Amino acid sequence: MSELLKNIIRFALFILVQVFVLYKIPPLHRFITPYLYFLFILWLPFNLPRFWLTFIGFIFGLTLDYFTYTPGLHAAACTLIAYVRPFVVNRMISQEGLEKNYASPSIVSMGWAPYAIYVFVLTLLHHSYLVFLEWMSFGTFWFFLGKVTATTAVSLLLILVTELLFFRKEKFRTNTA
Amino acid sequence: MRNIFLFIGRYFNFLFFLVMQIIALSFLVRYNKFHQAIFMNAASEITGRLNARYNGIAYYFQLKPTNDLLVKENEQLHQLLKQNGGFTDSSKKMIIDTALIDSAKKIQKYYFMSAKVVGITTNFQTNFITLHRGSAQGVKPNMGVVSAQGIAGTIVNVSRNFSVAMSLLHLQYKVVVKLKNSGERGTVEWDGKSPLYVTLKDIPKSAKINKGDSVVTSETSSLFPSDFMVGTVSEIIDDKSSNFYTIKLKTATNFFNVEYVYIIANNQYDEQKNLEDSTHKKFQ
Repeated sequence: MSELLKNIIRFALFILVQVFVLYKIPPLHRFITPYLYFLFILWLPFNLPRFWLTFIGFIFGLTLDYFTYTPGLHAAACTLIAYVRPFVVNRMISQEGLEKNYASPSIVSMGWAPYAIYVFVLTLLHHSYLVFLEWMSFGTFWFFLGKVTATTAVSLLLILVTELLFFRKEKFRTNTA
Repeated sequence: MRNIFLFIGRYFNFLFFLVMQIIALSFLVRYNKFHQAIFMNAASEITGRLNARYNGIAYYFQLKPTNDLLVKENEQLHQLLKQNGGFTDSSKKMIIDTALIDSAKKIQKYYFMSAKVVGITTNFQTNFITLHRGSAQGVKPNMGVVSAQGIAGTIVNVSRNFSVAMSLLHLQYKVVVKLKNSGERGTVEWDGKSPLYVTLKDIPKSAKINKGDSVVTSETSSLFPSDFMVGTVSEIIDDKSSNFYTIKLKTATNFFNVEYVYIIANNQYDEQKNLEDSTHKKFQ
């Protein structure tokens, strides 16, 4: 399956799972909203130009916004993490040229610890910005802190489960092949 | 000039990122102000259709509670029927004036339209309800939405076949209500904490109030007819520094399993609104 087709299917699946599965879970607490959809951006290939990365982030966030009637909220957060992603990737990859040997960030291509840090940083960034924008229209500082912490914890748990369930095998590519 | 192009060329990605951020934030700000963005119309047709598909499946699992609700509501309506009134006083006779029946239509203030709930959220701070009935079926913004059990929200955005209501569980939602027993008026808001409870404010401490009392819509709210259930008192917070009670209400509507609602059209809404607005202008 081509990389493009795979990502188009992922795009639709992540939106549908977020809207029709995760949002349908009865609320546990006002601080907890289960978010998983932004994993799509973390899984995008290495070789995508930064312009397209930012643009896809925007479109992806906006698509979710249409379902939640908050135009711009998720789009802003997704654009931010899509833009920041290459910086974090460059910090986290252990050896030069790794992004040429593997297609996309994963446990196999980056290693456990760097991948975990990569996911953690971007998740925290995404939620901080999202809740910050919410906080601007209502809420208190404790709402901001509590919601960022609780939501990040839940998201990381969901990402862990997703990574284990859908283990992505990455092929090692060389120039000779 | 050349330097400008060089600058743009070098920082193209960053500038593009900034532009995207500004577009996103402007959407957000404008939407919060007017509760409506033009580009949402076409999109809510698509998301509405997807929601309707999903609901076609989810609805099946709700058939039993929905049926129970409808039967209960029918029972209540039967209680209201005129034939059920017993006239023990034989000197009073009920006379039906046939001339009035037709003209009564003209003075009917509120009309009810049933609508299917195809999308509803409860776990955000700003919750909305998507309904399968739109401008083609006569829905306009600023119409009240009630479920079989009590009020649910207000229509804020309409497309051809779908409409979106701001739920009672929205931080910006406000509705004027009154105590059923004594008639004191207050305002109901949601504090965003639990989707089972809303907050009633501005009830003076002179009012007699007990746990379990009913709170209903007031005549002064032009969106809803009077005496529609809003909720029941579950906790009275007596703030010593204030002359007013803050009351926790259990919402009458169960937002977790509501499947059908009624959209209420007020025929005299525009007239009342215009009169009030022009009065405001006169005495500013």
